[in-house]
Parts: sequence; C-alpha cells; structure tokens
Amino acid sequence: MTLTEKVLARASGKSHVNPGDNVWVNVDTLMTHDVCGPGTIGVFKREFGQTAKVWDRNRLVIIPDHYIFTADSMSNRNVDILREFAKEQQLPYFYDVIDDPEGHWKFDAGQGQLKKQYGSRYTGVCHTTLPWKGHTRPGEILFGTDSHTCMAGAFNQFATGIGNTDAGFILGTGKLLIKVPESMRFFLEGKLPAGVMAKDVILHVIGEIGFDGATYRAMQWEGPGVHSMSMDDRMTIANMAIEAGGKNGIFPCDDKTIDYVRERVAENGTKSDFDPVELDAAQSFIYDQRFDLSKLEPTVSCHPDPGNRKRAKELEHITLDRAYIGSCTGGKTSDFLAFAEVVKGKTVKIDTFGVPATTKVVQELKDTVWDGQTVWQILENSGVRLTENASCAACLGGPVDTFGRLNTPMKCISATNRNFPGRMGNKESQVFLASPYTVAASALNGHITDPREFIS
Amino acid sequence: MAHTVTSPVYVVQDNIDTDQIIPAQYLTLVPTIAEEYEKLGSYALIGLPDDQYPEKFVPSESTKTTYKIVIAGRNFGCGSSREHAPIAMGAAGVEAVIADSFARIFFRNCVATGELYPYDANERLCEVLKTGDVATLDFDNDTLTAHGKTYSLKPLGEVRPVIDAGGIFNYARQSGMISSV
Repeated sequence: MTLTEKVLARASGKSHVNPGDNVWVNVDTLMTHDVCGPGTIGVFKREFGQTAKVWDRNRLVIIPDHYIFTADSMSNRNVDILREFAKEQQLPYFYDVIDDPEGHWKFDAGQGQLKKQYGSRYTGVCHTTLPWKGHTRPGEILFGTDSHTCMAGAFNQFATGIGNTDAGFILGTGKLLIKVPESMRFFLEGKLPAGVMAKDVILHVIGEIGFDGATYRAMQWEGPGVHSMSMDDRMTIANMAIEAGGKNGIFPCDDKTIDYVRERVAENGTKSDFDPVELDAAQSFIYDQRFDLSKLEPTVSCHPDPGNRKRAKELEHITLDRAYIGSCTGGKTSDFLAFAEVVKGKTVKIDTFGVPATTKVVQELKDTVWDGQTVWQILENSGVRLTENASCAACLGGPVDTFGRLNTPMKCISATNRNFPGRMGNKESQVFLASPYTVAASALNGHITDPREFIS
Repeated sequence: MAHTVTSPVYVVQDNIDTDQIIPAQYLTLVPTIAEEYEKLGSYALIGLPDDQYPEKFVPSESTKTTYKIVIAGRNFGCGSSREHAPIAMGAAGVEAVIADSFARIFFRNCVATGELYPYDANERLCEVLKTGDVATLDFDNDTLTAHGKTYSLKPLGEVRPVIDAGGIFNYARQSGMISSV
C-alpha cells in the first residue's frame, strides 16, 4: 500500500484498502478557524442539539487566523462565536486573539496595522500553528475546514480540507466517510541549487501535471531529495497539493520528522505517542515520475492559475506594483530569512508587504541577529512594511481594510499559494506566485527577477 | 423534488474557483444563520471578471438568480474548502451545475449540504451553449435538452439520493445511519 492507503487502512480498522474504497475513518484531529468555525458550530448544534458535546474536546483545535486585524464587525463577531463555543465546550486548544475568556474582540484601527494587537495565546495562521503547537503527528488523520490543511502531510499524516457540514459531522461523531484516493509518486533526486527553493519544486510540479492534475489523488513525495529538505520545505510542498487539485500530499517519516514532532509535543504537553507509516516495497501508483532537483530553476506561476508555469528569467519584462511575503506557504521564519538574505542592505523599489504566519515567526525574526541587526530591522530598513499582526491577511483578500490587500487592479508577486482571479482582493489584479527569493529580488528591481543575480 | 427543471442557463469556462463563486470578503456571513444564508445568495458568482462575464448572475438588490442551471468547463469549484460556495449558489436558487469536471472539495460540499446537483457532462457544453439559452434538465434520464437537442450527462449515481434528501445529515437519518436529535 502507499503511505496514504496505510494511514487510511489503519484509521478505518482494516488490514488493507484499495483506491476507490469508501471507508469510515476515525479522526485524530479536527481543526477549524474563524471563517468556517461559526458555520461548523452552527451545523453541529442544528444536527446534534443545542446542548450537545463535541466527540472529544482534546482532538478539536480552533485557531482564529483569517479575518482578525480588521474593523469589520462581522469578522470580529465570528471570533466571539468561537470563544463562546470554546468556553461552553471547555476546549483546551483554542488560540484566542484576546486573553479574557469573557471579553469581545474588537480590532482598533486607530492603532494602525503594524503594532501587535493580540493577547498571549494568539498564534496566527492555522496550518503553521498546528505543527508548532504539537498537533501534527506521523501516521494520524487530520481534517480541517480549510483547503491548505494538506500542509500537515509533511509530517507523514493524512491531512485534507473539508466543508462545514463534514466538519459538523466529525464534531458529533469523530468519524468521516471518505474515498481512498489513487496515489501519484514524485521521486526527488539531487539537491536544490543555490537560489532555488522548495516553493520552486512545487510550482514546477504543478506546471508539469496541471492545475487539476492531481484531482481526487494523493501526492506522495519520496527520494533522497525529500530527505535533504527541512520540515519547513516539506510543508511548503505539501501545502500546495490542493493547487493541483490533490486530496492530500504526504511525505515519508525520517529522523527530521521525528525530532521536529517530539520536540513540539513535549514543549506543548500534547499527545506524545505516534506510529509513523513506513514505505512498503510494493506500492501501486497511477503516476510515477522522477525529478532532478539540481536541474530546477526559479519558477513563477503566472496569473490566472497556479499551473501557469514559467521560469523567472523569462518574465523579466513584467513590471510589478507590489510584492507580498506571508501565508502558511510562504510566511515561515525560513521564508523571511531567505527574503532578508536578498534584500539585506538594499531598498525595495515597489510597495512590499510582509506578514509573518505566526507570532512565533515574529519573535524569531526579532531574535535573529545578523551583523549587529535583527532580521526584523533588516527587513524594515530595506523598506518592507512588516506587521507584527500574524495572520492570513491579504493572501486571500479578505475584508477591504486587510493589510496588504490588492484594492485596485495591480500586478503583485507573492510568496503565497493561489492566484486565481480576485484571490488577493481586486478581481482585475494579477498575482504571480514565486519563492521568497524570487519575490525579494523582484521587489528590489520592480519587475519579475531571477534571484540568482543576488545570491552568492 | 421536481424531476425536471427548465431555466435559462449561465455559462462559464474552465477553472472557476471558489473566490469567483463567493469572494473572500463575503465569508464573514455564517451560512447557518438564516438571514445570512439568504444574503450569501446575492453574492453568488460575483467574483467573475466583468469583461468575460458581462451578464450579472444575480441582479443588483436581489438575492435570487434567474439562472437555475450553470454550465461550466473543467475544474469547477477549485480552490478553497469554503462551503459558502455551493451554499451561495444554492441560496441564489441554482439547482444544478453541469461541468466538464469538478474540484474535489466543491463536489463533496454540494453533496454534504444537498444544495446543488453537480453533474459531469459528456461533452464540452460550455462551448455549445451560451448564457441565456433555455434548457431542460431531466434528473431521471440524466439529460439536458436545449435548442431541440438532447445531451446525455453522467449519472449522479450514489450521490443523488443524498442530495435528494437535502444533504448527508438528512440522508443519514432517513436511512437510519444516525438517530434523530
């Protein structure tokens, strides 16, 4: 069996499953956030009763992260709905924006967008929070009311996005009926050359198979190239399985996975036992392709879909209005460090917005010192508009006062994950997806730029 | 339910993602709150680029569309897992989407909510029909008829009774899989 089949077989209590089988799986963790949480709670109460209790309060993780730093009153209300539910159900894993469990969240626009407006429990983007707070474990099943839930496949688990109704069903029962997907194998050999990042790998692969090339399928990553990558790199790749239509992305478990997970479950006191799924000698794939990492170049997905692949060096004629770094895919500490490596001591030519994925990323950028300056200062000194208010922000547009949102037609290069029309706000805008290196180099030049000219 | 529906069709092309079906700024509306559910209908397909889709899907000041059937190309509903997408279309009065293919989560959300029938076409209807053409969708024979020509559709199979019942919860109760509240 493939890795995905092995996780699903175990979770459904079967010795073997085949692609196409419909199986009831026991859910290890369900995650929801401020956009889909209120509707999920609504479904749960409508279907299981106003006084119903969730199936297992230790397996539900609620992370407000989408529309937080906005004066939009409906958005603020939605965070309050989550708080009310967390209190009623006595949920241990609710990463609230404010510290007062009796309080109401209200963003104060008067303080501006850059200075932090959150309490001690707030974390930021859900997919980056889950591993940080010890909620991802090899061999497990994670569902989330967000399409980028597939990011946790980096940790050798089955993770995928679902709607409110399915999530409401899980809240009441702890189970879900799912179809076992066919698996595609992407076997990575060699090492990434200087200036090329994990983001380039996934943009290249989506270009190869197309925006719907993995629809209904699992994307399994294997090979020496995979083991040479950090967990952050693997997360970037797993995150974008959905941009090829994939049901999930999944990686084998190695020492890096185990060290990362053990450290974080210990730090947070979350469940510490887990059982990875290992690679079988006999696996059946519907697609099986080798990729030599050493041959890859900085890659860009052009407007209007993530499969519209070009090499950065072919696009130098495209002038830009804005650059953006942030999101689950591109807002990790390692992403900002790569960006800072390029812009250090230089000045960006176009409006450039930086939104760390989590509050921990904010802290790490302020704690990391290069030549007597923090990385945070290096970024600010280069002209990046950097906010402490970690969130999804303009990756998905959001309310009109969202930091970095494209409110007029413009061309933006972005370290995020999706570029269909209107994704970052204005529906006449054009979004170009690229690695943090490429976004940084393009911000310096004001046009799409192959970053290797800035990388020693 | 009615076994046929006759309506003008609204025709879109490939890769209509969830941001075009219901842009992110309207996701503050909670679908399980009745008045917010209705309001979602008024924003269905509002994210389509105006230059490619000059006909408004839902008239201004209205929450309902006159197009009960949407014809689409490949990969309809790709992108986000937001259930607001099939719900906005269902709230606007859409009964079915007939597409070359669907993105996985959107298809599943159609079934789970019972909002829409997601039919796979056997040929590229988005190049045959144009917005405003009147067509009849026959649920029992899995066909679409327009301009006197009948096109076969891929049968909905096991998802049809779930949508007929109004979604997975109703279906599970009717079939005794889960008990009533």
